[in-house]
Amino acid sequence: MSKGIFVVIEQRSGKVQNVGLELIGESTRLKEDLKDEVVAVLLGHEIEGQVDKLFHYGADKVILVDSPYLKEYVTEPYTKAITAIAKEYDPEIMLFGASSIGRDVAPRVASRVKTGLVADTTGLRMAKTEEEYAKEAAMGCEDPTRALLMTRPAFGGNIMATLMCPRTKPQMATVRPGVMKRIAKDTTRTGQLIKFNVDFTDADMNVEILEVVKADKKAVDLTEAKLIVSGGRGIGGAQGFDLIRDVADALGAEVGSSRACVDAGWIEKDRQVGQTGKTVRPDLYMACGISGAIQHVAGMENSELVISINKNDTAPIFEVSDLGIVGDVKVILPKLADAIRKYKAAKANN
Amino acid sequence: MKIVVCIKQVPDTVEVKIDPKTGTLIRDGVPSIINHDDKTGIEAALTLKEKIGGTVTVVSMGPPQADIALREALAMGCDEAYLVSAREFGGSDTYATSGILAAALDKIGYDVIITGRQAIDGDTAQVGPQIAEKLHLPQVSYVEELVDAGADYVTVKRQFEDGYHIVKVKTPCLLTAIAELAEPRYMSVGGVFEAYTKEIKTIGFEELKDGLELDMIGLKGSPTNVYKSFTKEMKGAGTVLNDLTPEQAVEAIVNKLEEKFII
Amino acid sequence: MEFGYSKEHVLLRDLYRKFAETEVKPLAEELDEEERFPVESISKLARFGFMGIPFPKEYGGAGGDYLSYSMAVEELGKVCATTSVIVSAHTSLCAGPIYMFGTEEQKQKYLVPLAKGEKLGAFGLTEPSAGTDSSMQQTTAKLDGDEYVLNGTKVFITNAGYAEIYVIIAMTDKAKGNRGISAFIVEKDTPGFSIGKKERKMGIRGSATCDLIMENCRIPKENLLGKEGQGFKIAMQTLDGGRIGIASQALGIAEGAIEECVKYVMERKQFKKKIGQFQNTQFELADMATKVEATKLLIYKAACEKDAHRPYSHLSAMAKYMAGSTASDVTRRCVQLFGGYGYTRDYPMERMMRDAKITEIYEGTSEVQKMVISSWLGLK
Repeated sequence: MSKGIFVVIEQRSGKVQNVGLELIGESTRLKEDLKDEVVAVLLGHEIEGQVDKLFHYGADKVILVDSPYLKEYVTEPYTKAITAIAKEYDPEIMLFGASSIGRDVAPRVASRVKTGLVADTTGLRMAKTEEEYAKEAAMGCEDPTRALLMTRPAFGGNIMATLMCPRTKPQMATVRPGVMKRIAKDTTRTGQLIKFNVDFTDADMNVEILEVVKADKKAVDLTEAKLIVSGGRGIGGAQGFDLIRDVADALGAEVGSSRACVDAGWIEKDRQVGQTGKTVRPDLYMACGISGAIQHVAGMENSELVISINKNDTAPIFEVSDLGIVGDVKVILPKLADAIRKYKAAKANN
Repeated sequence: MKIVVCIKQVPDTVEVKIDPKTGTLIRDGVPSIINHDDKTGIEAALTLKEKIGGTVTVVSMGPPQADIALREALAMGCDEAYLVSAREFGGSDTYATSGILAAALDKIGYDVIITGRQAIDGDTAQVGPQIAEKLHLPQVSYVEELVDAGADYVTVKRQFEDGYHIVKVKTPCLLTAIAELAEPRYMSVGGVFEAYTKEIKTIGFEELKDGLELDMIGLKGSPTNVYKSFTKEMKGAGTVLNDLTPEQAVEAIVNKLEEKFII
Repeated sequence: MEFGYSKEHVLLRDLYRKFAETEVKPLAEELDEEERFPVESISKLARFGFMGIPFPKEYGGAGGDYLSYSMAVEELGKVCATTSVIVSAHTSLCAGPIYMFGTEEQKQKYLVPLAKGEKLGAFGLTEPSAGTDSSMQQTTAKLDGDEYVLNGTKVFITNAGYAEIYVIIAMTDKAKGNRGISAFIVEKDTPGFSIGKKERKMGIRGSATCDLIMENCRIPKENLLGKEGQGFKIAMQTLDGGRIGIASQALGIAEGAIEECVKYVMERKQFKKKIGQFQNTQFELADMATKVEATKLLIYKAACEKDAHRPYSHLSAMAKYMAGSTASDVTRRCVQLFGGYGYTRDYPMERMMRDAKITEIYEGTSEVQKMVISSWLGLK
């Protein structure tokens, strides 16, 4: 019988990425229903130091593959190692971060072990109702109580679809970064470390990496940001982002954008929030001059607090806002930046 | 060099609307377009051909209506076009689709296969890598720049969230294109007329069946199935304040930030 | 009778629309405001085959028909009347007569670069005293050895200055009246050929409209287009085709105005309703849309008849007459629906209204079209 919820942990430059911890967190929730263990799969070179962290965030076991062939991410050695683990341990569920690495390697692994893969999921749960059991069974699932239901946006976020993988194992999904929640870190937690050996050969390195460049990132990645001030078409032009930046600066926030501004060349693509951009869930999302097209809302609706300013009182953004202000962003933003700075200064003096 | 581009015809999602009564997608009258990443792939293929010579073949799997997408690709300058189409292929998930396309590509022949990273209707980004897997090819996905190319290799810039790799890969190989890779050219007026003088070759079930896992195609053979689709629930609306002076608006925002301990 | 478009036309429409929206529309306001000729657009138009749509591939064209050309002018006209008329004058009035009447050598030398869009073309017929009465040509061409010597002034020449190849109408034998008129191909840098003053216009302000001045301008006699004495016929047949172009431009302006107007009336609220919900707005737009659709059918019919080599002079006159008056009427009424905002330069509507007016004037005023139509009816 297949068993275990396996999470393929993403590491970059030897550091475990948040998405892996989020997936361990989500797996501990699935475990409550599945009554099975959470296994973190860590691949890389000289990364054993990262193992404890995985236990601290909820892994019951860690399978470690440590090899110089895994130093930089290359599709084939990673595929080979993960496939070997999947074949050896026959997992019930296998999860990957839906990053540019996870979405490169997971399809190949799924194809090699001949199972299905659901892309870029935002919701996972075990089948629970009679209706769900019946549907799984009808599609050929042998034990519907162990069936995973995977939910993901489709058609540009207009539609959500829940998928199942009834007949083949593991049930595989890539999961969108920033959506799942990690559990509280517990440094007393520990678990079993399994060192897994894979026989790599030079032929596995079927591409040649000529250069590795880590981007010099000044700004915090939006998916990690706590506070975001975002601009849309209503800010009127590239110079409108000066107002956005000013408010962001006063707040200590990051700058986001709707797709329209990116398409118009007012701001870089990596600032784009939404279906074709990033999914964010900050404590504050301030939408300035953003109408709130469904594609945009898809990327920010899980924000804790949404404040929006828009000239048009029928703008759909107001429907997902905790506080909506009907007004001109160009007038309000400069005053807001001043007010925030004054407030902070006053608070510091008390 | 024989460059083959896989393209998908997708609804223009910007114009997709939900029927307020049934909550389903209104697809009638929604224009179909070549998926954007795939169109980028076409541009990259044409650029590659201009650089090192060869031919550009375009392949699409879909219903007969996908003809117009292939004609558009021809009108952009592609040399030949194939439509992979059969009733048996309908409802395929990414595993099944990649199996079918791999079998078709095996028949067509290739040195470099280019696919878009992902399609805007499904957003899976899986078919490219899974074709490569089926054909035992090295892949480079998330290609954002074509750096160099020669008779038996291509060198590309592979994007990551936190940087990039410059990767050299020997042909045959598969690349997946992202928007940054190229700005797709327009069709040309002359190209449109030429496109309709060319034959689009259809590859059906019979031609491919010997190369397929027959229990792994179509709706029934796909390892994943849709359990249900539903419209996304919108977050409940909060307070909307109208007719405030700018000062009152600022005060309302600051109060809210204070209330939620943001400042 | 067939009302469907061919598959080519469906795909072409898609190309035209995307190109117009992406490459042309963003410039429209600036070209108007600054009265600037869109040099940068010409090379793009050329690259994608817009400058020689109805000419065979062997002459550098796209191998299309007149209908596909007229649709291109229409789609450009929806977003920018200036860009639209540049293509129309170039294609119909310069490349057109060289294709119809030129020798093989003339086609190779002049039509090929025109159709490829490497060179821009213009047409010189109108003179200060020969407007609607174009038979009153004062420009003369005299054979002197192996050369013709041209003298005279042309006015209101579209693309003047930016065009490198001009089809010029001139009198070779005054005694013969209309039959003494001939047509010539003149290159821009010919000594004695110069560009005069630029007009300051009400609309299509980005299009270059200037005088042409010829002072002992000597051109090789091989540059006679057609035969001596055929010039009036060449000019009239050229204008028959040109009118389909201008009608298409006018159609495009009207369609563009309706598109903008529909968008606006669904945004603008008065009396707590979108103004598009008022019956007056709805009926106004319904009426305009009907006129536009009828106009379109007439234009496309004229183009199809030309493509089928059947008589079409009366149809192109009807099409241009109808399209010009429709464009003026529709844009005026759209400005009215916009109200005050329509009168400002914040919206494109006032520009469209100014641009529309010229389509009732150039390449034969509406009155000239009615003369052509009534003469076709046998009223002389």
